Amino acid sequence: MTLARRIIPCLDVDAGRVVKGVEFAGLRDMGDPEELAARYNSEGADELILLDITASRDGRATFLETVRRVAQQLNIPFTAGGGIRRLEDGNAVLRAGADKVTVNTAAVERPDLISELAAQFGSQAVVLSMDVKKTRAGWKVFIRGGAESSGRDAAAWAREGVARGAGEILLTSIDRDGTCSGFDCGLTAAIAVQVSAPVIASGGAKTFEDFLAVFDEGHADAALAASIFHTAEHSIGALKRYLAQSGVPVRLSR
Amino acid sequence: MKLSIIDYGAGNLPSVERALRNLGAESECITKPEQIAAARALILPGVGHFSAFVTGLRERNLASALRQALTRGIPVLGICLGLQAMFASSAEAPGESGLDLIHENVQALPTNVKSPHIGWNQLRRLRESILLRDIPDDAYFYFAHSYAAAAGEPHTAAACDHGFPFSAVLEQDNLMAVQFHPEKSGEAGWRVLRNFLEWAQ
Repeated sequence: MTLARRIIPCLDVDAGRVVKGVEFAGLRDMGDPEELAARYNSEGADELILLDITASRDGRATFLETVRRVAQQLNIPFTAGGGIRRLEDGNAVLRAGADKVTVNTAAVERPDLISELAAQFGSQAVVLSMDVKKTRAGWKVFIRGGAESSGRDAAAWAREGVARGAGEILLTSIDRDGTCSGFDCGLTAAIAVQVSAPVIASGGAKTFEDFLAVFDEGHADAALAASIFHTAEHSIGALKRYLAQSGVPVRLSR
Repeated sequence: MKLSIIDYGAGNLPSVERALRNLGAESECITKPEQIAAARALILPGVGHFSAFVTGLRERNLASALRQALTRGIPVLGICLGLQAMFASSAEAPGESGLDLIHENVQALPTNVKSPHIGWNQLRRLRESILLRDIPDDAYFYFAHSYAAAAGEPHTAAACDHGFPFSAVLEQDNLMAVQFHPEKSGEAGWRVLRNFLEWAQ
């Protein structure tokens, strides 16, 4: 009996469609969120994450409608976020059917947002998403979709986020995101040993071996990927069978 | 038979409702003690903080109505914090009392394991279980909690190990509760809800 390592497909949505960018830029249409959610749910995904990458604030209502529709497709945990700035934004996403909410830029700018969400909804509902890039001064947290350095040290920010009540860390390597060069195992391990909360590794997944490495060397509790699942390059079921054969505890039965 | 879901003012009820709807069960969300008194079977879902939860139940006079329903033999299913609320107290809110249907305390997960315990885990069956009927022994269920009630006789039907063996499935007469989220645990989780429904009929 062991806590299974999780495989989490991520849907980046813009104006009601799933899109995918390379290194945080250049969007490409990848399909319908409801269809993809239903497919991942039946393929054995352990969770689903939906991120609003709409630039404009008026896209908010469209995103909440997408959350509502995607939630109907799932009997697994469901996390939603992107552009969450206030307690009310988190509440709206949870009321629309998500189980957890992710915060990123707004939490860096006003860390009390994490504490407020955790006090209201519980730590299990708050995921701190951090976009990290290697600089000459070490791993730093970037905000506004990776465009701007916050100056914060990644490990220190992860610790502060968990101390404030974040129940999980969604750790994205900006250097690897969309590059298909493998997860950043060094970064993942460096953060995973710093916090008591589970760490979800993100950015760079391409092969089955990449997932094995991020669980073994990166000590990740979960691994997230988007494009490789959307294009049906890999099925989640095949990935999980590979991991099980390699000795990683995963949930195979549905 | 209609199931009544107790709405104490915070919790994620839509996913429980949706799961029940998919199982073909009729359900309603209830907020008043007289609705608890009239219910045929009750579900008590809970997420968030122990203190907010038990205070919410007490302030709406739902705690005493729930206790009376249990005494009358009405089937009750607690989910997550709804399991922890059945205990005397919790380390999450020292000084705050729970429903005290099981006279033990809920503890914090130890610091040598990942906390919160978030993710899919398996169960260790301690005895015949109504809720786990026809579910494979190696099935996984979705957990999301930082506190847990140590497994104990005779109420624990199945335990989960994370830091210490805790009550994952609790069955004591007409009081049933699960620490995991059956509404979020795929096919196995829905089967738990179906088992409760069938048993409550």
